Amino acid sequence: MSTKIKINSQIFQDSNNVYYPKDETEVSDLIRELYKQDSPTEIIGNNSKSFIGNKTQSANTTSLSKISGIIDYRPEELYIKVKACTPINEIEQVLSENSQELAFEPIDFGYIKDGKSNKGTIAGYLSCNYAGSRRFKVGSVRDHVLGFKGVNGKGDIIKSGGTVVKNVTGYDLSKLIAGSFGTLVALTEITLKVLPKKDSSKTIIVYPNNFEKIYDLFNKLSSSSSEISGAVFVPEQSNDKDFSSKRNTVFKFNDLKSNISFVAFRVEGDKISIEEKISNLKKELELNNSDISTLDVYQSEPFWKKINNLEVFEKTIHNLIRMVIPPANGSKLCKYLENKHNYFIDWCGSLFWIEVNSKKEEKIKDLKKMANDFGGYLTVIKTSSGYDYGEPIFTVDKVRLMISEKVKQSFDPKRILNPGKMYRGV
Amino acid sequence: MSEIALPKIDNSILNRKSEIVKKLLKLTNIENVLSEADELRPYETDALSVYTQTPLAVVLPENTEEVSEILKYCHSENIKVVPRGAGTGLSGGALPLQDAILLGLGKFNKILEIDYENKCVVTQPGVTNLGITHAVQHKGFYYAPDPSSQLACSIGGNVAENSGGVHSLKYGTTTNNILGVQMVMMDGTISRFGGKTFDQEGYDLMGLICGSEGLLGVVTEVTVKILKKPEVVRAALIGFPSIKEGGDAASEIISSGIVPAGMEIMDKALIEATDNFSKAGYPRDAELLLIVELDGTDSEVNELIKKVEAICKKNNCSSLKLSNSEKERLSFWAGRKAAFPACGAMAPDYYCMDGSIPRGKLAEALLEIKKLSEKYELPVANCFHAGDGNLHPLIMFDGNDKEQLRKTEEFGSEILKTCVRLGGVITGEHGVGIEKRELMCEMFNDNDIQQQLSIKKSLDEKNLLNPGKVYPILRKCAEEGRVHVHKNKDKFPDLPRF
Repeated sequence: MSTKIKINSQIFQDSNNVYYPKDETEVSDLIRELYKQDSPTEIIGNNSKSFIGNKTQSANTTSLSKISGIIDYRPEELYIKVKACTPINEIEQVLSENSQELAFEPIDFGYIKDGKSNKGTIAGYLSCNYAGSRRFKVGSVRDHVLGFKGVNGKGDIIKSGGTVVKNVTGYDLSKLIAGSFGTLVALTEITLKVLPKKDSSKTIIVYPNNFEKIYDLFNKLSSSSSEISGAVFVPEQSNDKDFSSKRNTVFKFNDLKSNISFVAFRVEGDKISIEEKISNLKKELELNNSDISTLDVYQSEPFWKKINNLEVFEKTIHNLIRMVIPPANGSKLCKYLENKHNYFIDWCGSLFWIEVNSKKEEKIKDLKKMANDFGGYLTVIKTSSGYDYGEPIFTVDKVRLMISEKVKQSFDPKRILNPGKMYRGV
Repeated sequence: MSEIALPKIDNSILNRKSEIVKKLLKLTNIENVLSEADELRPYETDALSVYTQTPLAVVLPENTEEVSEILKYCHSENIKVVPRGAGTGLSGGALPLQDAILLGLGKFNKILEIDYENKCVVTQPGVTNLGITHAVQHKGFYYAPDPSSQLACSIGGNVAENSGGVHSLKYGTTTNNILGVQMVMMDGTISRFGGKTFDQEGYDLMGLICGSEGLLGVVTEVTVKILKKPEVVRAALIGFPSIKEGGDAASEIISSGIVPAGMEIMDKALIEATDNFSKAGYPRDAELLLIVELDGTDSEVNELIKKVEAICKKNNCSSLKLSNSEKERLSFWAGRKAAFPACGAMAPDYYCMDGSIPRGKLAEALLEIKKLSEKYELPVANCFHAGDGNLHPLIMFDGNDKEQLRKTEEFGSEILKTCVRLGGVITGEHGVGIEKRELMCEMFNDNDIQQQLSIKKSLDEKNLLNPGKVYPILRKCAEEGRVHVHKNKDKFPDLPRF
């Protein structure tokens, strides 16, 4: 690129002019220089989720992928401190050796991107803040970040939080960084809370025949003292043969009738308490005379992986929407979606993944209006090739946008970091 | 405790008092504006009662629009505003300023909606923390964060301080348990972050507001998550012959994969003091007492209890008692909840510290505090939220003895610095307020503080909202930072403090 500004010969730059700073100091030097030269940069990790969000308008690209590695893992303190672009797989591997895990159940967006597993880096994941199926029980990514270090848009190295769970010292910037799509800080270090892995799990499948029944089940599940850690509804969409066949292949388990609509809920814990909870729930949900299936741990674990990999929308070429609404409005939304758009519901009735097979943005506009009317929001996670971004892919109101602009200004006054990734002006 | 630096008083505002009061009377009902000396007195301090300031006036608006109009007026006239919930905060976050209006949210005391289907409650900020649980407990639900002052503290104050409590180990603090807030900015703009759903997209402004100690906006409505009560809750009371063995057992419980609903530690001084005070039946021969609470289904709790028992026995516990009824469980807690008043009965004054450390450093911290106690020749009693490493050492002294006061201040500072040295922080749940303001530089460097100040400036450009709190104004790390209670005259003597 001829307009490229020579920044610092010490920082490695590949043939595509992507900068690869190798540590926090180099990130700081680079951004400080870009700040001086008013030259914005896209910030990337290992590119697993860069398709999410608007395309940034920047002359430079900075990859933080070399800032990787575990700094300090203390199983007994329930935290792990890592360099920002440590792959999630690497973190999960180390945690698993100590029977621990990232409880927010990271989604693998690689499947919808190109059909290959790629969980990407923890910095990328934190920047999106999209938690998996366990969200309604354990919190989101933002609830598991204890602290971070990074570089703001002026090139200053800043930190917030620490390694302890109880901490009210200063503003809680970890929350603000979560879901900020790299527009506030180029992350260099992240400390995460980790939790013990549950001994075992079982999944119960129910086959309800109408939307009211589904939401009655969700409501009873979330009102029970016998805690569940996942609850989804996967509908049958009889008018779309491709989807039906995909669905049947993805959810092909010995003990699951995948050709009809089903609700699945997961119970985790030690074996005795799993049985006790299931027995309580069967009573509470009045399932004792219903047609149900049980997935044992060997089926339950892959089942939830498939849910969290969004495998049913593998390699989608359509628009994929993530809509979150209060569950009480869920059955209304189901009725609207039935045989119109392919979808499934996670988070015990609150999170909808919807595939919109249309280049017409009106369809997305309609859905966005519904999300707003229902007290929720939507994000277009993946856009079809014809999407012209006339309808913004994020949901934001005027006041929040105004405040977001102010917050952006306080971190990145010249809009050096990922400008326009979320909203114009931010 | 003596003088504290506060923002420079703007005399032009003091001189305009009558004009300002007149204007406030136009913005809300006449009975909502207090300006006479005797009316202002109850608002001179919060629960950090060693510091007092008389506000210019107190205004108690009744709805969000009034808050917005008041803030808009103050913004245009450069009048400072100090927001206040129930005034139970321990770090002086609601300390008035002489040239500022104190904006009390006491009239925002209604629960607006109970929504069982969406598992949430929409409430005004002046409703007490416990008031929310009371409103939903008949259906088996509760609001999880339980600061010790929950009987009196308001949910709006909880949002400002990101309050925790005994059960925050398993259930998180306020930030993990709210879904949405309505907030008025200093210029009067009314905004809404979140709602009845999880995780609003975009910047997590609700997460930023939570714990911002009233510096960024005034919260006028809160939507909180409610949870179903666990089926079974049991507690274990375990005595240990040494600090090390008890501390090690506590950290081994966590590292073994158990997440107790609550886990508390008390040292010998406090075991005796609380047992005298509340007759809780604690093992007086123990050097350290551990209370572990477990919840879940029947078999889950029984399984966990077996594991806890095994760990404690391995660490040579000298006694172990399990609660067999709800009455017994509450009696186990009675002593712990009486920790603060029990200290008040032992000495004319005490300082309560609030630091957090990594759990594995509990024994080290306790031994360090013991050494410091000997060095300063001042008795100290310790209670900890052991599960999450949050310490509350209580230093006992006589405030009339100037030398003892000085030594106490030094002792307290050394404890907080020890927390930072052990990898912890200067405040786990009480907030920075004015109390630990100058200790911020123990944890943060100039860049870190500058970034936080930039956020403040972007949302409150004129620095009118709760100025002088949280961030150092002396620009030197002065050695301050404790709750001072004189002759047990806590502003809220009836509130348990733990």
